[in-house]
Amino acid sequence: MLPLLSGIALFYLWPILQTFYYSFTEWGVFGGSEWTGVDNYVRLVSDPQLYVALGNTLLYTGIVLLGIPIAVYLANLLNLPGLRFASLYRVLFFLPYVAMPTAIAMVWRIIFNGDFGIVNYLLSLVGIDGPYWVSSPGIAIVAVAIVGLWSSLGFSMIVLGAGLKSIAIEYYEAAELDGASRWRQFTSITVPLLSPSIFFVTIITVISSFQLFDLLYAILGSQNAVLPKSLSLVYLFYEAGFITNEKGYAAAIAMVIFVLIGLVTLLQFRLQKRWVSVD
Amino acid sequence: MTEAAVRTRRRARRGGSHAWAHIVLGVGGFLMAFPFLWQIIMSLSTNAEVQSVVPTFWPAEIQWENYATVFERLPFLSQLRTSIVITIIRCIAQIALCTLAGYAFARMHFRGRALVLALVLSILMIPSQVYLISQYQIVQGFGWLNTIAGIVAPGLFSAFGTFLMRTAFLNLPTELEEAARLDGASPVRTFWSVMLPLALPSISVLAITSALWSWNELLWPLVISTYQEQMPLAAGLATLVSDKSNTNYPVIMAASMMAMAPILILFIVLQRRVIDGLAFSGLK
Repeated sequence: MLPLLSGIALFYLWPILQTFYYSFTEWGVFGGSEWTGVDNYVRLVSDPQLYVALGNTLLYTGIVLLGIPIAVYLANLLNLPGLRFASLYRVLFFLPYVAMPTAIAMVWRIIFNGDFGIVNYLLSLVGIDGPYWVSSPGIAIVAVAIVGLWSSLGFSMIVLGAGLKSIAIEYYEAAELDGASRWRQFTSITVPLLSPSIFFVTIITVISSFQLFDLLYAILGSQNAVLPKSLSLVYLFYEAGFITNEKGYAAAIAMVIFVLIGLVTLLQFRLQKRWVSVD
Repeated sequence: MTEAAVRTRRRARRGGSHAWAHIVLGVGGFLMAFPFLWQIIMSLSTNAEVQSVVPTFWPAEIQWENYATVFERLPFLSQLRTSIVITIIRCIAQIALCTLAGYAFARMHFRGRALVLALVLSILMIPSQVYLISQYQIVQGFGWLNTIAGIVAPGLFSAFGTFLMRTAFLNLPTELEEAARLDGASPVRTFWSVMLPLALPSISVLAITSALWSWNELLWPLVISTYQEQMPLAAGLATLVSDKSNTNYPVIMAASMMAMAPILILFIVLQRRVIDGLAFSGLK
């Protein structure tokens, strides 16, 4: 007990307080920090990079969220009684979630390659001239988000699948008697009764999307010329904290990420009352 | 409509919709697996084949030597060693520390328990960037930059693991402990021989999640280690692509395949448990 608590206190609780303090300081090149009040925050709100990062993070989050309706539908199919190969499907859909992000990023770079990638090859078959996915500003983040959607789909499906199991079979039997179609049953029974799970998955997806770093870093590479236009909030944090070594500024960015995640989560809990039906 | 008729109708419809389900799930499953298949195919192709404009769907001649080349071009073995060492140390430490702490939170009464628990759980809500800079300072203060100790350190302790194990122990009946006590077992013995075996399913979830997270983690090792030789595989691969001159795609594919292989094999072997465990860890 005591070793764990001291470890947690040293490596987590204390650092949280310290970061809060650091966000009000500026760091000298040779160490030592100076109290500068809210300077970092003032600088941050007038930093155009912050808005680029914020915009990209929101765009990424939005695209990854599109995976949730897909996951609801697929989880519903996967949960059909007596479905054969269900565990094989489950493994296939879950595989991307457990795979090392930096390792799968390597193959996605090739898949999205502008000259010889298979995505552009397939697009060329239908007469579309595909873009340079990972080296065009504005498009690179979309490519990263597609990978993000791909890798998080299985996780959402599993969580939603657990929710589906708790829906009583009687509802479907009654609907069947009334002659409701499968699609009607899905929209009128499954989706409303599943709304607490859908809500939960949405929160988890938003929180993890706001922390986008691994995929972006690994797919684009740190030397990519489009990075300034494609960075995420966490990439901005990483750059300030460990590349340009402005740790006070990075601490302020970290606090902004923290507050944003908190606000979005709070907002979702507010909205929850509108659409989540509790059985 | 009679009940029998409903049943027949349902059976008929179910058969039909299952065919539809197999089509949708089959196509979806293929899309999920495609990047992995593509990676394997590319890793066995020549560089010219990878870069041909009309994709080569199957290499003319399978290039096994790409896998051998990985060991010449990259510090693969030392990165693999780092990955294995940090993963094992973290797993053992988390199992030991989180089980004990989880048990204490679930079963022992001490002053300030609620407050301490709330503090530990509050960490779960806070994005990791918030503590990263300060963790870096601490590790630097210990003189552990560019060492395995530095990479391992914060990951030894886990608020999530504590929460997981607390839940596990809370769900075990207290009668068992009372029975053990009446039989004259000491508290340590009760914990070791009665409670711990019962918590094994949760302990395995803890081991799997911490292994997975440790193996795949990028940001922390990236800031702590600057020499490629000491990085774990996840960070090593990421720095590899930053090097523009490195366009030997098949070798990169082979390297990333090998880097993922241990965790993918672990997943496929233990899939049921991993999926259930990670679904739970979504609470993180």
